[in-house]
Amino acid sequence: MKDHATLAKEFIKDSPRTDWHDETLWFVRHKRDKAAHSLPEWEQLREWASQIKNHALSNLDSYLEEFEKKALENGAVVHWAADAEEHNQIIHKIIKENGISRIVKSKSMLTEECHLNHYLEAKGIEVVDTDLGERIVQFRKEPPSHIVLPAIHLKKMDVSETFHEHLHTEKGNNDPKYLTHAARLHLREKFIAAELAITGVNFAVAETGGVVVCTNEGNADMGTHAAKIHIASMGFEKLIPKAEHLAVFLRLLARSATGQPITTYSSHFHKPKPGQQLHIVIVDNGRSRILGKPDFKNSLKCIRCAACFNTCPVYRRSGGYSYHASVAGPIGSILNPNFDSKAFADLPFASSLCGSCSNVCPVKIDIHDQLWKWRQEITRQGHVAVAKKVGLKGMAFVLARPGLYRFGGKMLRWVLKTMPFMINNRLNPWYKQREMPSPPKQSFRDWYLKNQKR
Amino acid sequence: MSSKDKILSAIKESKPASTALPVIDISAVISFDDLKAQFKKVLETIGGVCIESVGKGEMEKIVAAELSYVQNGVNTLGAYDEGLPLISAEDLASVDLAVISGTVAVAENGAIWVSETQMVNRILPFIAQQLIIVIEKKDIVTTMHHAYQKIDVAETGFGAFIAGPSKTADIEQSLVIGAHGPAGLKVIIY
Amino acid sequence: MVFFIPCYIDQFYPGVGIATLELLKKLGCNVEFPLNQTCCGQPMANSGFARLSDGCDKNFVKNFTGYDYIVGPSGSCVLHIKDHLHDDGNKKAADRIRSTIYELTEFIVDVLKIDNIEASFPYKVGLHNSCHGQRGLGLSSMSERVLPLFSKPEQLLKKVKSIELLKPERNDECCGFGGTFSVFEEAVSVRMGQDRIKQHTANNVDYITGVDVSCLMHIEGILRRQGSKIKTIHIAEILNAGGAL
Ligand code: SF4
Repeated sequence: MKDHATLAKEFIKDSPRTDWHDETLWFVRHKRDKAAHSLPEWEQLREWASQIKNHALSNLDSYLEEFEKKALENGAVVHWAADAEEHNQIIHKIIKENGISRIVKSKSMLTEECHLNHYLEAKGIEVVDTDLGERIVQFRKEPPSHIVLPAIHLKKMDVSETFHEHLHTEKGNNDPKYLTHAARLHLREKFIAAELAITGVNFAVAETGGVVVCTNEGNADMGTHAAKIHIASMGFEKLIPKAEHLAVFLRLLARSATGQPITTYSSHFHKPKPGQQLHIVIVDNGRSRILGKPDFKNSLKCIRCAACFNTCPVYRRSGGYSYHASVAGPIGSILNPNFDSKAFADLPFASSLCGSCSNVCPVKIDIHDQLWKWRQEITRQGHVAVAKKVGLKGMAFVLARPGLYRFGGKMLRWVLKTMPFMINNRLNPWYKQREMPSPPKQSFRDWYLKNQKR
Repeated sequence: MSSKDKILSAIKESKPASTALPVIDISAVISFDDLKAQFKKVLETIGGVCIESVGKGEMEKIVAAELSYVQNGVNTLGAYDEGLPLISAEDLASVDLAVISGTVAVAENGAIWVSETQMVNRILPFIAQQLIIVIEKKDIVTTMHHAYQKIDVAETGFGAFIAGPSKTADIEQSLVIGAHGPAGLKVIIY
Repeated sequence: MVFFIPCYIDQFYPGVGIATLELLKKLGCNVEFPLNQTCCGQPMANSGFARLSDGCDKNFVKNFTGYDYIVGPSGSCVLHIKDHLHDDGNKKAADRIRSTIYELTEFIVDVLKIDNIEASFPYKVGLHNSCHGQRGLGLSSMSERVLPLFSKPEQLLKKVKSIELLKPERNDECCGFGGTFSVFEEAVSVRMGQDRIKQHTANNVDYITGVDVSCLMHIEGILRRQGSKIKTIHIAEILNAGGAL
């Protein structure tokens, strides 16, 4: 499989599109800044959010039991899934038992993580993604490239072509308004006919047994209220203790994600409506393992706002697919190695460690520190190209020995001056698009000995 | 062992030492001199329209006028069709305008809490082409913290904060009002 | 006090070392330079091999024990020492170093509390905010955070006579150096650098300056490849610049 550096290089080949991707997401980051700066208590809010999540994670078992008890009282059916496979089986069973064929789904990163669509497709069941961006990529048989803006890698021409093919829109009509309207008509038919609606969960409230789902489009509501069955899938880390805590998170979520003061719809589901079934699937899928790692546990605080994506100078210039995972971006780079540290060994290195991600994170995850720690972990497990290690071992050896270091430095300067082609060649990635520093006559130390030392 | 037991025991084993919940001091958050003006300002920036009226009587007049412009309006404020709670999505798909009331409006973000009782039919505020929400001036609060103090989220089976008309920017980040839900939202403050 | 010169400055940018030394002396410091210093260990650690840097760390502790302040003209190396220096055999000395090491501008502003810099630099200058100095050491406020605005490097540059400071549109975006990132992720790294340069070029600057030679080395490499007229210069060289240059 290609690694991040290779995929990023391919992405950057299309220079105007890279600029567009970078500038568009930077604009989202900019809107986020404006929204954050509109609240003097912003840093306090982040601190509260972080503390609530830390508290919830440290008492998760009791909150989960409280949540289940309340949800059952509310008339919901609660399922527990140890892994992705079980999650998919549970949903499949509900579909089969009720003889369902028309299914709509609103955005859920968990179902992406579990590859639910593929699983059901293999069984001949079609799921219609109803978030506009997700519908677009579904038509194109692509995964989302961003957790909040799934089709951000596409331009309107691309969408226009896709809709022309699937929805018979006018060829060459690239107007976002026109295209959105076409999708509206198409999806309203799907909603009205839907028998079962699957949603993700943004927050689950232990004290009330309810789940909260946030959208701008209204697709979660259209689906769930039209269908006779609602399945809400949640990773167990979505739990928060009390309804009043929702205030903290809803104030942070949309402001961090898009710069809106709140999403258009923040829907609180507690009981099924008369004649409807409400199923809640609580999923582990590796989360309990993360919870047990002191260095990495707090990645579970994530509320999937994608602010870290939008601010990341690497993500903006490499695109979501360069992360070859269902969750890309900085948070993806610290989550994915938990699932498979070999397949995702490249991701913690796909960062300049600038730290901007940790600064925007509304729940104060120490993302860039975790990237650094993952690097140590991954090399310890041996998942790094041997060449890199040998080179660095040599370097470590030299740098621990001042005499050797000085000799090496002199040699390097000498080589640079007398035989620059030894270093300035295509094999040196530095030199491909950058000049090497011009070698000075002497090192600082040499100068110091000559000029300063008494 | 059931998956539930497996998950819970794995959590018990791996969970970190307990940390305390923060004390959320609402007096430390933003405040506005004029809640109504702030609410209106934000609502307009998120694509909504704000209409101010003096008293319930004028509000009802405005609502009646709005309903008179459309063919298929549903008004939940007075007496409504007994069957409304159970009407299917298919039948409601042709509603041009729905009028509902809200419990509390939030000045910081233009959102209004609407309970299931106020929606009458859960899908109504989402499926109607246009939506009007009426709210009493005294029910405008400063922030979401204040809003949650005034509502009981679990009082009815469903409830939502609604902030502006439905929207999307999924095509090249250009904002389009009217994604799947209402393409217009008017809020009447009385 | 004592003076720490990161390895690549020692080898490639002796001018920065000289300027730093002269500047500190001008500001009244009694400066020493331990002759057996090499490197802070960051290149290994950031590549995932912190455990290989033990020898390097030991050497650092050996060289820098027993001084009141340690000052280095590189935010990134200073941050690395602050966060990661360890020496199991000599924990106390390592801890003390971690708490007494300063980046140059931070040292001038917070410790020396200097109000007056006798320097003049009649050029248009863009300040590159290096991430490790800014976000790591807190040399200035950050655009992501909702906190009071300040900038120690800017505060000092503003005291320089005849200088014209110009801010790029994205004032604190990373330049893409990132240590070994610049080689492992060559394509993204260079692209980030090119984009930074574009915004400074839009301001028509003569120089790009910063507190970190490593970022400047990366930026300089791209500038020279592009054949640009813009030059890079370390902040110490500006603060040490006399009337004529
Ligand atoms: S890690 Fe933080 S910034 Fe990134 S998506 Fe999660 S909550 Fe948002």
